[in-house]
Amino acid sequence: MTKINIRKMQVNQEGTIASVKVGGELGRRIRDMGLVPGTFVKIQGRAPLYDPVALRVKGFTLTLRNNEADHIEVEIDG
Amino acid sequence: MNICVALGGNPNAGKTTLFNALTGSRQHVGNYPGVTVDRKEGRYVQNGHDMHIVDLPGTYSLTAYSVEEVVARDFLVNECPQVTINIVDASNLERNLYLTIQFLELGIPTCVALNMIDVARSRGIEVDHQKLTRLLGVPVIPIVARSGLGKQALMDAVARVAEAPRPQPLRVSYGRDLETAIQEMEPLISENAFLTALYPTRWIALKYLENDAQILEKGRSTDKAVSDQLEAVTRKVSAHIEETLETYPEAMIADHRYGFISSLLKQGILKECHDRNRLFLSDRIDKVLVNRFAGPLIMFGVLLALYQFVFTYSEVPVGWCESFFEWLADTISGQLADGLLKSLIVSGIIDGVGGVLGFVPLILFMFFGIAILEDSGYLARVAFMLDRVFQMFGLHGSSVMAYIVSGGIAGGCAVPGVMATRTLRSPKERIATLLTAPFMNCGAKLPVFALLIAAFFPAHQARMMFILTLISWSGALLAAKLLRLTVVKGPSTPFVMELPPYRLPTFRGLMIHTWERTWQYVKKAGTVILGISVLLWAAMTFPRMPDGQIETYAAQRSQIIAAAPSAVVAELEQAVGDNSLSADAARLKSELLVVQGRQSAEALRHSLAGRIGSTLEVVSRWAGFDWRTNIALLGGFAAKEVIVSTLGTAYSLGAVDVQGGDSLSARLVAEPGWRVLTAWSVIIFVMFYAPCFITVVCIARESSWRWGIFSMIFNTSLAFLLAVGIYQVGSALGY
Repeated sequence: MTKINIRKMQVNQEGTIASVKVGGELGRRIRDMGLVPGTFVKIQGRAPLYDPVALRVKGFTLTLRNNEADHIEVEIDG
Repeated sequence: MNICVALGGNPNAGKTTLFNALTGSRQHVGNYPGVTVDRKEGRYVQNGHDMHIVDLPGTYSLTAYSVEEVVARDFLVNECPQVTINIVDASNLERNLYLTIQFLELGIPTCVALNMIDVARSRGIEVDHQKLTRLLGVPVIPIVARSGLGKQALMDAVARVAEAPRPQPLRVSYGRDLETAIQEMEPLISENAFLTALYPTRWIALKYLENDAQILEKGRSTDKAVSDQLEAVTRKVSAHIEETLETYPEAMIADHRYGFISSLLKQGILKECHDRNRLFLSDRIDKVLVNRFAGPLIMFGVLLALYQFVFTYSEVPVGWCESFFEWLADTISGQLADGLLKSLIVSGIIDGVGGVLGFVPLILFMFFGIAILEDSGYLARVAFMLDRVFQMFGLHGSSVMAYIVSGGIAGGCAVPGVMATRTLRSPKERIATLLTAPFMNCGAKLPVFALLIAAFFPAHQARMMFILTLISWSGALLAAKLLRLTVVKGPSTPFVMELPPYRLPTFRGLMIHTWERTWQYVKKAGTVILGISVLLWAAMTFPRMPDGQIETYAAQRSQIIAAAPSAVVAELEQAVGDNSLSADAARLKSELLVVQGRQSAEALRHSLAGRIGSTLEVVSRWAGFDWRTNIALLGGFAAKEVIVSTLGTAYSLGAVDVQGGDSLSARLVAEPGWRVLTAWSVIIFVMFYAPCFITVVCIARESSWRWGIFSMIFNTSLAFLLAVGIYQVGSALGY
């Protein structure tokens, strides 16, 4: 098990959220949308310029910018 | 029995569809007091219950994060609907129940509408709604909002909930640390009756732990002492949690809420017979539409198609509107004697109001097109693909829509463009887009550019037009950046956004969407515009020339007529069109027109607008504009098309219509004050100065009058600086 940042994840890579290290408005927004520790995520795709990133979470697709995703750490196999 | 019902839920859960299915045509749209979030209300009658239904803005949560959430929460608490219908997307249950839990924690009577059970079923998801009803303690009714299935059962349940006693607020367990803090806070709150008239005790404690700005502020102004104590408890537990667990109370609360939901779902509510990661149809479409290479190309194609559709197909109905107003003006002209009253009604009122109402078909087509893109889910993908580029200029991916509609592809219109910013959810990016969209080359600026290009750059007309489009885009983006660094400063709004699954829009939904937005335009813009157009008319009419001068011109005309042979005069009087005139009669006519033109130019110079134009020369000389250009630019505030016709009047050509600019081009080239440099300076000024007043009214309606006025001042100053820069540098270089 290794922890990596969403920015470094490849398309179609999967993992489980380990931590969301941000408070305030952004943190609240991220959590309200269901990105909490223990949630399974899969990188669905990236926009043409590699930013923002689209994630599959809890059965729906969510987008966020790379610099917002930087606060989220994901545990992956291998 | 009269029941007030609120309708709440996540965006894309099918709230609008259910609302339309329930209320049909019996609905009206307004704004929540003080904010620009739409408020829709309607009626539904069943079994003698008259239900008043209010559509809350779509939200993911009830924390005070966005305007929508604050509006939704305030409505639920302060206006106290008897029942709240919480619409939930059955195919996305876990995410949607997050809001449901918050409704229940707030202790408001709730009824859950489990929507899109057909979609869920097709994905292999089966929801046991009876079990969910038992676990949540509120009725859960399966429905399909699109077809109206389950509507009656839902409203029966609503009536039952309305008659039942108010439920106990739901208690979710938040773990030992937070529960200890809550136990410390609860007695403080209940003993002092601290905000308890409005909210449940436990809920207030939770909001303190969540650091909810709105509740904290309310608390401080209600009872400073209690509020301080509660904040102290919060600080203590925050410090403890941060030290031991490296997290925040609000994060723990969210974790526990999701934990509560997954424990609910694990009790056999969801039966999934398919792999979660099965490639749904939506994902397959996305593989193409958001593809790195094909995606942007398809997007440009789609935007171009939308643009073609709006501006090409609306041309015919816009033509009908124009003909109608021309007919009206002609008819009234025929009925009234020449004079001020006729001029006021025809030039002031009919032209002004006609200018606004003539747009209606265009606005209608525009909103129809946007509604398709929005309701189908494609607009969210456009924002996703373009966000990176727009983010560099402090804008949001969705801003592109407003730019393109406003004339990003030359020939649009800023009015629907400004109104298209509604699809932007982030307030700061929205203001920046709103203020810069009018920099685009709208259809009304084109005749002005066409005139000047034809006059001064006859060899490179197409290339010039393309260059002007590039200038307007760069200008708008750079100005947006400037605004985001100064007056609408602040970090960018998080781009945490849901990409909804693709959905076929319902025709009924499209119609309702289109109609309500168009009607708002007519209703709100109409009144103010009438006033301003009358005002501008007055400025260009009063004070009138002294009677002596009018008589001089009349005498000149009679002299010309007297000098001509009587047969020619008779021919001219009886003639209908231009083509049938003999050479003599045509010459007589043009001689008369010259006098007429000189008179109207003189009258314009004498009017208030003319005087302002002359006074402004002191300043406008820096940019190379003379008083006549000044009046034209002043008139351009009414509508940019007016610039060409006013230039025609001011350079005494009589009435010049937009198409007949040829002779005006020749006239301008011959005019000593005009050269290529002046043309550049005027073009740039026209591109960037104050938007036409219809646009200003729309900006004000979409934001506030403060921003409407700001846009006039900011744009005009910017345009003037640029024009002066061009003219001065150019002159110094010897052009």
